[in-house]
Amino acid sequence: MRLERRLEHPRWLLVAVPLGSIAFAFLLMAVVLLATGHNPGATYRRMFDAAFFANGALTSTLVFATPIVFTGLAAAAAFRMQLYNIGGEGQFYWGAIAAVGIALYLGDQGVGSTPVYVLAMSVAGALAGAAWAAIPAVLRAFARTNEIITSLMLNYIAGLVLTYLIIDSHSYWRDTESFEGQTFPLGKAIPDEAKWPSGTLDAFGGIVVPLGFGIAAAVAAVIWAVYSRTRFGYELQVIGDSQRTARFAGMRLRRKILAVMCISGAVAGLGGASFEGDFAYQIDPTGLQASFYGYTGIVVAALARYSPLAVVPVGFFIGGLLNAGFTLQGADFPAGLVGVMQGLILFCALGGEVLVRYRFRLGRGVRRAPDTPSVEAAS
Amino acid sequence: MTSQLLASGINESFLVVILASAVLYGTPLLFAALGELLAERSGVLNLGVEGMMLVGAVMGFWAVQRLDVASGASLALAIGVAAIAGAAMALIHAFLVITLRANQIVSGLALTIFAGALGLSAYLGNDLNLSGFPADHAFTPIDVFGLGDVPVLGPIVFDQSALVYLSWACVLAVGVYLARTRPGLNVRAVGESPAAADAMGINVTVYRYAHTLVGGALAGIGGACFSLQLTPQWVAGLTGGAGWIAVALVIFAFWRADLCLVGAYLFGAFSALPLTLQARGWLTGVPSEVFTSLPYVMTIVVLVAVSSSAAKRRLGAPAALGIPYVREER
Repeated sequence: MRLERRLEHPRWLLVAVPLGSIAFAFLLMAVVLLATGHNPGATYRRMFDAAFFANGALTSTLVFATPIVFTGLAAAAAFRMQLYNIGGEGQFYWGAIAAVGIALYLGDQGVGSTPVYVLAMSVAGALAGAAWAAIPAVLRAFARTNEIITSLMLNYIAGLVLTYLIIDSHSYWRDTESFEGQTFPLGKAIPDEAKWPSGTLDAFGGIVVPLGFGIAAAVAAVIWAVYSRTRFGYELQVIGDSQRTARFAGMRLRRKILAVMCISGAVAGLGGASFEGDFAYQIDPTGLQASFYGYTGIVVAALARYSPLAVVPVGFFIGGLLNAGFTLQGADFPAGLVGVMQGLILFCALGGEVLVRYRFRLGRGVRRAPDTPSVEAAS
Repeated sequence: MTSQLLASGINESFLVVILASAVLYGTPLLFAALGELLAERSGVLNLGVEGMMLVGAVMGFWAVQRLDVASGASLALAIGVAAIAGAAMALIHAFLVITLRANQIVSGLALTIFAGALGLSAYLGNDLNLSGFPADHAFTPIDVFGLGDVPVLGPIVFDQSALVYLSWACVLAVGVYLARTRPGLNVRAVGESPAAADAMGINVTVYRYAHTLVGGALAGIGGACFSLQLTPQWVAGLTGGAGWIAVALVIFAFWRADLCLVGAYLFGAFSALPLTLQARGWLTGVPSEVFTSLPYVMTIVVLVAVSSSAAKRRLGAPAALGIPYVREER
């Protein structure tokens, strides 16, 4: 059996391969479940029930989907240009810290208008995320330091900052007044006016759609437009495909690296702001660090093949899995299952990529001279 | 150097404790970095080290708890099991990137997500019911040659566990293998120019598979250092980013085994420092997070220092690192 490079990429394959990858991943997971003495059929039925079909399941799936659509967009925006920003996790934390900080401050000033809070929290979160992403960006652009490792190390540091703010100090973010706050380290809750509004879709049995999900969808559309409809986006694609070509064409590599990393960080930080405004309302260091929204974003982006528009439905699907893992956690639902599932889906998507780029041919060697490819097919 | 410091009045035992624990905490990093070094020398970048370490840690711990044999045999078996578990994880990566030519960076990240703190290692730890129990057997220091009481050198060199001695043997083996043997030369050829190696009759695929798998096995052993010596118990995610530091270490070490040892102990010292300071009650005014973040901050600092000069001279990085080899497309 040999692999042969495809000269054309049929469009249907671009949809069929990710779907096939997911199906194949579920098949593999069934083998793992069987091998460890679980019933795959029953486990899957409960999983999909909890994720999509049970009463109120879609509402809670959106709670998990919203942050990972943001972090997925952050990863997709950077990975497309071969900039591997895996610091989405830390940028998300900083977005949360800044958004809660500004909301608490505005609350102390007596601001009562929700739109002001939403705007201030979004801007603060995006700026904080961008600033945190600027560290690996500057190091990559000016010292050629590998951004994978620096952005990852910064995740651990951001996690320690969270712990410090709530558990190890009496910072502005910590609740030191309420009874619970004095007995147990807790984050200070943002004022009620700062909680982001949500819409209810009556059509599907009353799904509550958080404002953050709408913002995420809008951000996806903007990133798509910028990447595929502007000169900036065109230059990014050239840089992603061949840095050398880009340099010869006079494109400014450093500026683009800085811009893309900061955009990526800003989107992740906005995700942190939305997480606080929509759902959490206070900094919970343990919860934030245990949910791995940043890393999950990488899975989402890779499965969406780094297309911003595809990130939204993929994020919704993976959000469903996270929701199921959270709802069903307990004695009879295996822990770690959701992580294993995500890894398998990602492996299958990577393996499926080979089907897009190559075709399998049975037999050894080339029996006859291949047809001379036409000029358009080759280009 | 040490004696000068002693003469200048620095507390002797403090320095010795730091150095001895630098070796202790550096050992898992050393194993993992040596494994990554071998894989990278053959041209395969594996960012799944953290995941492979965690699966090695959980399976090594399982072996110690569940295989009913004497202490020494149990620990030896556990190391074997951890190595096999790590290699099994590496096999997934090898298949995807060598046979299916997938993107090595994304595949390595996928491996860390698959096997990591929320994935397979947590699944296994939970399913095999391993959390919350101390290890039945753990690696303890062995006083070889009865020299453990020698001042300064005794605790640092002669009073360490079998794992530490094994790691030294590995450094020597990897160093000699790469520099002085025919297969070692072939690996370097595969990593530098797979097309030339292929033309010489070296089987690029076999070499890349073999070194990726051995790299996974060493990462698995590195993980077992945590669950069988440092902690010693199973806690989900107990490596805390050590796998990533190991990936960075290979870069600091300019892809050389002996420098991996130096780098690993340097980072071992950064990891041990907060605990040692805490135990002595020193610098209590400084938030503990400052010390805990030290290994991560130092990784960034050293990486920046190395990469700016490396960019000029392209120190040591295998030329074909991260690039799939396709005979028909060279």
